[in-house]
Amino acid sequence: MRVRIETEQIGNDRIRKIEEVAAQSVYRCYQCGKCSAACPATPEMDMLPNQVIRYLQLGLEERVLEANTPWICASCLQCRAVCPKGVDLARIMEAVRMLQLRKGRNEIRLQDLPPEYLKRVPQILLISASRKFVPLS
Amino acid sequence: MNLTYFPGCTLYTKAKAFDEAAKRAGERLGFTLEEMPYWTCCGATFPLAEDYDMALASPTRVLARARKASDKLVTLCAVCHNVLKRTNHVMQTNPERRAKVTDFIDEDYAGDLAVLHYLEVLRDEVGFDALAEKVARALEGLKVAPFYGCLLLRPKAEMQMDDPDRPRIFEDLLTALGAEPVDYPMKSECCGAFQVVHSDAMATRCSREIIGSARARGADLVVTACPLCQFNLDDRQAEMAKADKGFRGVPVLYFTELLAVALGEGLDLLSAERHAVDPVPVLQALGDEAA
Ligand code: SF4
Ligand code: SF4
Repeated sequence: MRVRIETEQIGNDRIRKIEEVAAQSVYRCYQCGKCSAACPATPEMDMLPNQVIRYLQLGLEERVLEANTPWICASCLQCRAVCPKGVDLARIMEAVRMLQLRKGRNEIRLQDLPPEYLKRVPQILLISASRKFVPLS
Repeated sequence: MNLTYFPGCTLYTKAKAFDEAAKRAGERLGFTLEEMPYWTCCGATFPLAEDYDMALASPTRVLARARKASDKLVTLCAVCHNVLKRTNHVMQTNPERRAKVTDFIDEDYAGDLAVLHYLEVLRDEVGFDALAEKVARALEGLKVAPFYGCLLLRPKAEMQMDDPDRPRIFEDLLTALGAEPVDYPMKSECCGAFQVVHSDAMATRCSREIIGSARARGADLVVTACPLCQFNLDDRQAEMAKADKGFRGVPVLYFTELLAVALGEGLDLLSAERHAVDPVPVLQALGDEAA
C-alpha cells in the first residue's frame, strides 16, 4: 500500500511557510544522513543538518529555531550535491534564517567589527554576511 | 578579441592584482577585457529563498546592461560569477520571475546573455594548448594546489563549467603553465566563507583543514578564483601558526597572478595584493624571466 505524507496532513503553518520559501518539501528526505556526512560545518553546529530536516518533518520547528545550525551553515551546497533524494538543504537553511531575519532577528553587528579588520576584508565578505545575518529592514 | 567584462566590487578594491593580472594575461593571450558600462554590485549572494525576488534585482540589472554591450559577459570573482550565472538561469527558466524582476528594475532582458568565467575563456576560446605555447617562465617543478571552493562549480546543473566531483579545469591550466597540479581531497570544500565574521572558529578550522591537506600533498602554493577563499585561506594562517608550533605556511594566490607570471609578467605585479603569506620567495626560485 502506498502512503503519501504531505505537510497538509501533518505539518503546521510555520513548516508550510519554510517549505514555500525554500521551494523544497521536507518529506522528500529519507534520513540517510549523507548531507551531514558531507557538511563541512558540523563540528560547530549543535544539530546535524539531517536532524534539522527530521525535526521539521515531525512538526517540531521550535527545536530548529533554537539551534545554531542554520546560522553556522555557509551555503556551500555540499549537502545538495550529495543528497540522493535531490533535497536542496541549503535552501531549507536559508528559509529558516530568512523567516527569522524578516522578524527582525539580528545575528551579527557588522558595525562592531574593528576598523582595522574592516580595512582588510574583501567587500563580498561584508555584503554576503549582511545578506545572511542582518534583518531586512 | 574584445570581451565584455564584469569586475565586481572586490576586484576594484581588495583584489586588484587578481583583476590586473587577468587583464595583462589577456593581452598576452590575444584578448582584451573591456569593462561593461554602468555595472553595480551583484549582491554577493544568490538568494536561496524562492520568494526573495528583490535580491535578483541587482544581478539582473548587471545582466541586462551587459547584454546591451555584448552577448557574452566574462566574470572573474567566483562569487560574482556564481550569482550572475545562477540569476541568469532563473531568467532563462522562470518567465514569471523574470517578468517581475525586469518590470521592477525597468530593463528589458530576455536571458540571452552567456555568462562565462575567465577560466572558461582560457579553456574554450584560447585553448590550453595554445596557452602553453605562450608560457615564458614555465612553472617547472612547482607544486600547485588548485582550490575550487564552494561557488565556482556548484550547483553543477546551473554552473555548467566542470564536474564538481572530478574537476580538471584548474589542473589543466596548471599543467599548461608547466606546474604540477596537486591532487588533494579538500579542493572543493568550503573555506568558511562569510562565516569568518560570525563563526571565526568554523572558518579557521575549515581553512586549516584545507591548507593542511594541500600541504600534506606537497603543495608549494595554493591558487583560487575567489577573493573570499583567498582571504580566509591566507589570513587565517596566522591563527593556525599560533595554535600549532610546527605549522608551515603556504602562499595563496589568485590563479591569474600565477598565470601572468608564467606568461612573463614581473613579480612586482603581486605587490598590488595583500598576501599575508608572501608568495615571492617561492616564485623567485623559478628564475627571473620577465619579458
Ligand atoms: S542527504 Fe538528503 S535524503 Fe539524506 S538525510 Fe540529507 S536531506 Fe535527507
Ligand atoms: S550548505 Fe550548509 S548545511 Fe549544507 S553542507 Fe554547506 S554548510 Fe552544511
